[in-house]
Order: sequence, then structure tokens, then C-alpha cells
Amino acid sequence: MTSLLALSPLILVCATAIVVMLTIAWRRCYDLTATLTVIGLNLALAAQLLAWWQAPLDVTLLMTVDGLSIFGGVLILVATLACATLGHAYLEGARGPREEYYLLLLCAAAGGIALVSSRHLASLFFSLELLSMPLYGMLAYTYRERGALEAGVKYMVLSAAASAFLLFGMALLYARTGHLDFAGLGEALASAGSDGWLLAGMGMMLIGLGFKLSIVPFHLWTPDVYEGSPAPAATFLASASKVAVLIVLLRLLQSAPATQDAWFHSLLAVLAFVTMLAGNLLALMQQDLKRLLGYSSIAHFGYLLVALVINEGLAVETAGIYLVTYVLTTLGAFGVVTLLSSPYGGADASRLHHYRGLFWRRPYLTAVLTVMMLSLAGIPLTAGFIGKFYIVAVGVEASRWWLVGAVVAGSAIGLFYYLRVMVTLFLPEPGMQRRDATTDWAQRAGGVVVLALAALVVLLGVYPAPMIDWVRLMAAT
Amino acid sequence: MILVWLILIPFIGGLLCWQAERFGEQPPRWIALGTMLLELALVLGVWWHGDYGLNAAQGASDWVLEWRAAWIPRFGIEVHLALDGLSLIMIALTGLLGVLAVVCSWHEISRRIGFFHLNLLWILGGVVGVFLAIDLFLFFFFWEMMLVPMYFLIALWGHSGSTGNTRIQAATKFFIYTQASGLLMLVAILGLVFAHHAATGEYSFSYEALRHTAQNELSPQMAWWLMLGFFIAFAVKMPVVPLHGWLPDAHAQAPTAGSVDLAGILLKTAAYGMLRFALPLFPEASQAFAPVAMGLGILGIFYGAILACGQHDLKRLVAYSSISHMGFVLIGIYSGTELALQGVVVLMVAHAFSASGLFIISGQLYERLHTRDMRLMGGLWGRIKGLPGIALCFVAASMGIPGTANFVGEFLVLFGTFDTWPWVVVVASGGFVLAAIYSLFIMQRVYFGPAKEDTPLGGLDGREIVMMLGLLALVLWVGLYPGPLLHTSEAAMQNVERIMTLEETPAMPEETP
Repeated sequence: MTSLLALSPLILVCATAIVVMLTIAWRRCYDLTATLTVIGLNLALAAQLLAWWQAPLDVTLLMTVDGLSIFGGVLILVATLACATLGHAYLEGARGPREEYYLLLLCAAAGGIALVSSRHLASLFFSLELLSMPLYGMLAYTYRERGALEAGVKYMVLSAAASAFLLFGMALLYARTGHLDFAGLGEALASAGSDGWLLAGMGMMLIGLGFKLSIVPFHLWTPDVYEGSPAPAATFLASASKVAVLIVLLRLLQSAPATQDAWFHSLLAVLAFVTMLAGNLLALMQQDLKRLLGYSSIAHFGYLLVALVINEGLAVETAGIYLVTYVLTTLGAFGVVTLLSSPYGGADASRLHHYRGLFWRRPYLTAVLTVMMLSLAGIPLTAGFIGKFYIVAVGVEASRWWLVGAVVAGSAIGLFYYLRVMVTLFLPEPGMQRRDATTDWAQRAGGVVVLALAALVVLLGVYPAPMIDWVRLMAAT
Repeated sequence: MILVWLILIPFIGGLLCWQAERFGEQPPRWIALGTMLLELALVLGVWWHGDYGLNAAQGASDWVLEWRAAWIPRFGIEVHLALDGLSLIMIALTGLLGVLAVVCSWHEISRRIGFFHLNLLWILGGVVGVFLAIDLFLFFFFWEMMLVPMYFLIALWGHSGSTGNTRIQAATKFFIYTQASGLLMLVAILGLVFAHHAATGEYSFSYEALRHTAQNELSPQMAWWLMLGFFIAFAVKMPVVPLHGWLPDAHAQAPTAGSVDLAGILLKTAAYGMLRFALPLFPEASQAFAPVAMGLGILGIFYGAILACGQHDLKRLVAYSSISHMGFVLIGIYSGTELALQGVVVLMVAHAFSASGLFIISGQLYERLHTRDMRLMGGLWGRIKGLPGIALCFVAASMGIPGTANFVGEFLVLFGTFDTWPWVVVVASGGFVLAAIYSLFIMQRVYFGPAKEDTPLGGLDGREIVMMLGLLALVLWVGLYPGPLLHTSEAAMQNVERIMTLEETPAMPEETP
């Protein structure tokens, strides 16, 4: 019983998926489907509280419910809720079946929740695929759009390749150690010492997971997929999916302290360094907001890797805080793009010139996007600043001056393109073709979500103590 | 509690201005003016009630007013505000220049007035926060925060140069320079905090605690690096010469109010930061760094002055002259004697007055001529009533003619430095010659010489006359009777001197030529 309670969020999400599927089979009704999805997700979010009472608890050999998994689950559910709400307005204009979007979304969310609580390579692989498979469909959901179809296919092919690497790596590890659970694997690795096959196995797993996190040099798909896919799907990919993978990577690194092997360790550090700089540099001259956000997310995962590399002292707390700020900010930024592109009618409004002079037409929506850009850039008064502060703090604490230097340099470079976006919003419009949000956007559910996110980002930037307390509480169990 | 209000008033006023725009053009302006007048009145009230000269004698507490509340307990971060003579003068200056900035943009800004005043007031609020915060996290918070509205001010209401896009480039340059250097300061602050954590086992960003750590726990090498982190952040803002790249562009493209804020108070936050943080936290490292700082100061004096001589754009000229004046400030700060430090305070105030005066005059000329290119001016003495005479006074002040505030400041700085650094003073005095040259260039090129046209231009209206004469009166008042100002900052400067000289005795003999 306790196990069931502990897993109740996952069960609820899966049940909602089944209910939604049956409803669609029974009768196609767009609003009903959306409402059912949102209700289910909210129930799952509430059920995290039930799970919290049971934690920490190992459920079978495959799953564990602890602070980290609940933390990840809450973030994923919040992100999924936002994607469902944003998707509702977006898909209203779409031709063809619209209800299946929610089905895919729920399946992916279930995969994410399972991923953050896995403690076994089998459940890791299973839930990672459950997370990725529906994403192929979501990314190509508006398949009449060439970009969307391209994004879906590209993600599918590359993701399959990455999964192959992941499996190969797992197989190597299993062959050498005979363990598939994280804890056993960690012990075996600790006692095994330096072994070429093990290193190769870990390296291959890192490739597989690094692909999902779009760590340089496995980032090549990110900008194209972000640019081409429909905005709500890109939002999910950028927020929930990345959170889940990062948390499982964190869990892997934590349960296998032997991965602090000098060689592996410096490899991670180099990846973090390169990711920060490359992500920021590549974003500099982008003309497309979604593409720019793609590169910026690469850079942000570079910053997050700093916390993973150091993996001591404040590191877990830092990763948690940074994830919270990153998810809120990304949801907000993509939310604005989604609102401007809804209802769906052709390619998304993502070119930067669509945003010229937005301030003079939609001041509050612009304020939201400005706050998000400032937060991504890590400027005080926004949550992003707290995240940036933590990253620098964790680097200084461990005296990793090279990484700190890269964070500082990356942030300075990053400012340039965030500022470019910001100033575009305020420039007087030259009367070119433009897309605009519907006039009543602020009263719609999507608009409310975006405004709430902006308020939250500012609030957490000014008074971050509750967020810090929550993350510490979650990290402690 | 009054300290909190000093910070909050501009922020609240800014929001009101923004919302008041829907009632028309005038309400935002009046609200902004009222807000800044209220702020100024509050500061003057605080000044009137406290006695700032006596604190050093009491020895117990350095702060006249103090306010603290927990903010982020995880890291021992507090909202810790405190006021002493130095911060009081700076805040009074902020209030005064805030009023000026609102008044001088009364006619200049005609688009999005509410949003303009929101940005303007938020800059001022951030600056007041910088001057009051003594928790290092809070200080950094305000330090970075005030850049955002300044960025918007330049990028949205600035003047575009010849190539069209330059105001955005200038704003971006300004932002990246200051933000990146700010991050270096954050690294230095965190280095200090973790040193404190290693020594005591608890996190704290408090000024007193960190000062204790910095002076007792740090290895000299570490102190040197951390000091450098602070110094670079302040040096960019000040600006010290190799890091000054953003300043001329930012000034040239900014609207008048932006220039007034930039020259009048944003640059002063850097000098304030050095006096409040860089020197007291790392006295030994600063002392060792002093020769370099002196060298940079001299370089700045000459570089700024020489480049000022070659400018055609009036605002760029004033901007370069600011670099030159800031060179004197830097020399004064690192000489570490009470006399020179007092001079620094006076010079900061004086430069704020004279530079804002000159920028406002450039703005007024621009309103009338629609150019800032001095090659297109000339012979204006007969064409504008009133303005040239006032301009002459401000140019004289900027030159440092006795009787103006600048003279007092520069004289005290050089006098105070002479004891320990005679050669620096000798060389720096050469800067006065160059100052005279560029100052006379302004008068000659703008107001004398053959007139381009004969049609008279509009004279000064009442608003402009009151503003300029008021500013002029302050320049003369500080120039002729600097006593109250010196008395107010005396205790704070004595503290700085005491901190500097404790370590000075062993370090000095090798360095004195």
C-alpha cells in the first residue's frame, strides 16, 4: 500500500492517459480532453504530497521515491501543466485530430516521472524511451509544416542513435560488473578501479544522456528541432524532458561516487566548459527566437553541468535551484512564443522581426518576455540571478577557477543576445508583416499561466528563501 | 526605517509614473518631480537631524542610521542598510541630480513618457540602494540591478549617431562592460564569503564580518586577487582608462537625463565602492596596489584630456573630460590620506555638478540646433540669450578655477597626496593645462568665432534658468564654503584613512621615492 501511495503520481498520470485515450475513442471533444488532462495532472501534483509522506522509500528494485524524485516530479508536472494549457490555445486553429496531443503529452510526462525515480538501468532505459517516443509525435504534430516534420524525424533518428549508445554502454557495464541497479553498479565501479571497458561503457552512457541534454558536441539537433517544432512541444522538450534527464544523471553520478574517477571527471569538466562557451557563442547571431532559445538552453545546461562536475558541497542544492529557475524561465519564454503563435496557422511566430515593437502593442506580454530574458541572462530582481549566483558560488567554493571563468565569460557573451531580443521588443515597428497574440490573451488560460510565471520569476528573484528551503528539504531526503 | 523608504520611494514613484501615463503627458512628469523632491527633502531632513562629524570620536559605531532584516537566511544574507556621512552626501547628490534629470527632460522626452520616468526613477532607486547597502549581496544586487533601466534609457530614448543603430550598440556595450565586470566582483565576494565560511563555519555577507575575515584570514596572495576582482568592477564603472571603452559612446548616445545620471551619480558609485569596500576590505593589498592605481590615474588624466581636445561632439568632449577628472579621484582615493580623501568627496560632488551642467547645456543646445557637432556651431554668444554666460561659468568650474567647487576638490586631492607621492602630484598637475585647453576649446568653438547664421535662437525659459542658476549657486557655494560638506564626510573619511594607515607604515618606505 505504501508503495502504491508513493507511486501514486505516476499511477495517476498513467490512468489519466488511459482515460483520455478511451474518451477520444468514445467521442472526440477537444475541450473535454483538455479538461480531463489538466484535472489528471493536477491530481498527480497533489498526489506528490502523498508520495512525500512515504519518502524515502524504495519501490521494487526498479524505482525509488525520495526527495529528488519528488522534486523532479513536481517540476515535470508543472511544466506539463503549462504545456497542456499553452497547447490548448495553440491547437485550436489546427486542422486534423487535435486530441491526441494530450495523450502524447501525458505519456511523455509519465515517462519523465518514472525516469526521475528510477534506480535501475532497466527502468532508466524504459522510462527514457517512454519520455522520448511520444515526443517524436509531439514534435511533428503539425506535420503539414515542413519544419515540424523535419524536427520530428530528425529528433527520432538522432534519438534512436543516442539510445543505441546508451544501451551499448549499459551492456558493457553489465558485462564487466554484473549489476544493473545504480547502487550495485556504484560499488562495483568503486572496487573495479580503472578499466578500459568500464570507462567505455560510462562514456557511451554519457553520450546517450548528453544527447538528450544537448551537451556540446551532441547538441547539433537542438536548434533545428526547437525551431521547427510546434511551440508547445518545444516547450515540453526544453523543460520537462531536460529536467528528467538531468535528474537521472545527477542520481547516477551520486550513486556511483567512483565516477569521480579523474579521467571521467575531467571529461565532464571539459564538456561543461565547451558547452557553456559554444552554446553562448552560437546563439550570438541567431535571427530566430526559438533557435536562440535552443542555443541558450545548451549554454544553461553547460552551467548546470558545472554543478554536476563539482558534485560536492552545495552542488545538489545548486542543481535543484538552477533547475527550478531554468524551468520557470523557459516555460515563460516559450509561453510567450506560443501565445503569439496561437491559434495555430502556419509556422510559428519565431523570427525576431515578428517581435519588433511588440511593446507598443502588447505591453504586458512584452514585460513577461523581458523578465524572462533578464532571468535567462541572470540579472538581479529575477529568479535567474539566484541560479547564476548559486552556480558561481559552487564553482568558487570548489576553487574551480576555470569553470568559474567560463561561467563569467559565458554570461557576458550571453548578455549580448538576450539584450538583442529585449531591445527588439521595444523598437518602433517598421510596419512589416507580423503575428500578434489574440486581444484577449490575458484572460485566456495560457495568458494567465504566462503572467503567473513572470510574477513567480520576479518574486523568487526578490525573495528566494522559500525556494531555497524547499530545494534543501528535497535534497536532504 | 527611513532608509528603506529612501530606496522604496523612487521605485514606487516610478511605478506610479508608468501607470499615470494613461492620464496624459503631464502627470508622469509631475509625479516624477514630486517623487524626487520628496526624496531630496527626506535626505536633507536626515542630514539636518544627524551629526556626522562626531562618530569617529565616539568610536563605537560607524553608522548614524542602520536598518536590518533577514532576507536569505540560507547564506546569512540580510537586508542591511546603513548610513554615514559619505553615503549621506552621495544620496543627497542622487536626490538633487534626480530632480535635475526630471526637469531637464521635461521637453526633450515626448514618447512613452511614463516608461521613461519609470526607468529614470528606478536607476535612482538602484543607486540609492548601492549607497545604502552594506551587506555585500545586497550591494551587488543593487549594483547590477540599476544597469537594466539605464540600458533601456540609452537604447530607447537615446540619440542615434550617424550610422543609425549606434544607440543600441552603445547601450549594449555599456551593459556588457559593467555586467561582466560585476560578475568578477561577485566571484570576489563569494571568494571572501567562502573564506569566511572556512574560518568560522557560517555563511555571512555582512560587511563587518567579511572585513574581519579579509584582514585576518586571507593569505596575501588571495587578498590580492580578491581585491583585483573588486577593483576591476569599480574601475570599469569609474572608468579607469584601459576599461573606459563604453563611456564615450554611452554618453554620446544617451538622452540628457541619462547623461546627467551617468556622469553625476553612476560614475560616483564606483568611487564610493572603492572607498567603502575595496579599500577597507583589503587595505594591505590596496596599499600594494597603490602605485599601479596612481599610474592608471595619471594615465586617465592625460588620456581623457588629450582625447577631449580632439572631439567634435560636445557630449563626447564632456565625457572624455569626465575620464580625466576621474583620474584625480582615483589618485586621491589611493593616496589614503584624510586630506586627499576629503578632496575626493568634494571633487565627486563638484564633478557631478559641473558635468551635469555641461551635459544639460549640450542638451539645450541640441534642442535648439539639433546637432551636437561643434563644427556646426560657432558664434552662438550673440544668438542665444543667457545660455553662453552660464556655459562659461560651468566650463570655468570644470577647469577648476578658484571659487568653484572643482578647485577645492582638486586642490585638496593634490595637497593631500603631495606628502607621500610628490611626483605623482607634479605630473598630475600637468593635467590642468590640458583641462584649460579643452575647456577653452568649448567656449571658442561653440560660442565665439564667426556665426553660421544670424537668426536668434530661443533664449532660456524659466525652467531652464532656475535649473542652471540653482546648479551654479551650488557650485559656487561648495567652492567658497565647503565647510559643511567636509564636516559631514569627515568621520567616514577618517575611518578610511585609519584603515589604510594601519598597514601603511611598513609598506610605505620602499615606495616613496
